[in-house]
Amino acid sequence: MESRPVKMRGKVVDSVAEIKVLMKHPMETGTRRDDAGAVIPAEFIEQVTCEHNGNVVLTADWGTSVSKNPYFAFKVKSAKSGDTVKVGWTDNLGNASKGEIVLK
Amino acid sequence: MQIQAIRQPSRRRFIQGLMSIIALSALPFQLLARSTKAFQATKLETVKAELFGDLPIVDSSDISLDIPDIAENGAVVPVSVSTTIEGAEAIHVVIEQNPNPLSASFKLTEFSVADISMRVKMGKSSMVTAYIKTPTTIYKTSREVKVTIGGCGG
Repeated sequence: MESRPVKMRGKVVDSVAEIKVLMKHPMETGTRRDDAGAVIPAEFIEQVTCEHNGNVVLTADWGTSVSKNPYFAFKVKSAKSGDTVKVGWTDNLGNASKGEIVLK
Repeated sequence: MQIQAIRQPSRRRFIQGLMSIIALSALPFQLLARSTKAFQATKLETVKAELFGDLPIVDSSDISLDIPDIAENGAVVPVSVSTTIEGAEAIHVVIEQNPNPLSASFKLTEFSVADISMRVKMGKSSMVTAYIKTPTTIYKTSREVKVTIGGCGG
C-alpha cells in the first residue's frame, strides 16, 4: 500500500483547540465498476480516533459515503500550547495510518 | 472525579464517584462498538431503529447544520454540525436518499466540543439530517440539498 499520511493543522483559541485533518484514502464504496465492468471492491475508513495528550477525546465511525481523501475538523476542550493531538484511522481492510501535531 | 470521591467521602461525592465509575466502565464499549448494521442499512427506518432504539426523536433549533442548499458536485459536499444541547454524546449524519443513509457517527466525550466538519458524497438530491444523541432524547434537524452532479458511480 502506498503511503497514506494524515495531515493535521491545529490552533488554540480560548483554550479550545480546533484541529483540521486531511487523510489520504480512496474511500471506495464497493458499488462502483471499473472500465471493464468489474466491481471495484469496497475500501473505506471505518474508524477514526482522536487523542489529546494520550486521552481519547472523540471517535468517529464512517460509512462509504464519506468523500475521497477525507477532510475532518473537530474541537478539543482545555487545550493549550504544547499539547499533543493524534488522529488515527483504520479501514475495512485493516489498513491504518495516523498523524500527530504539537499545538503551537 | 473518582479521586475526589475517595478524598472527600461525603455521601453525594461517593454517589457521584460511583456514577462516574459506572459511566467510565461503560465508555469503552460505547466508543468501540461500531453499529455495522446501521451503516449497512438501506432504509432510514432501520438506521434509526439500530442507532436509537425506542428513544424519542424531536426537532431542535439548537443544532446548527451547515450544508449548501445546492451542491454542484455530489462527490464532495461539505457538512458542519454543531450544537449547544447539554449532554450531547453523539452526532450522526444521515443522508436519506443515499444507498446507505448513515454516513458518519461521531462519539463525543466531555473533552470534545460538539462541533465537527467533514465532506460527504451524495448520490442525488436528498434530505440531510443531523441527529444529536443524549442519554434520554434524540434531537434532530434537517436540510434539503439539491445535487446537480451525483457522487456515486463516479
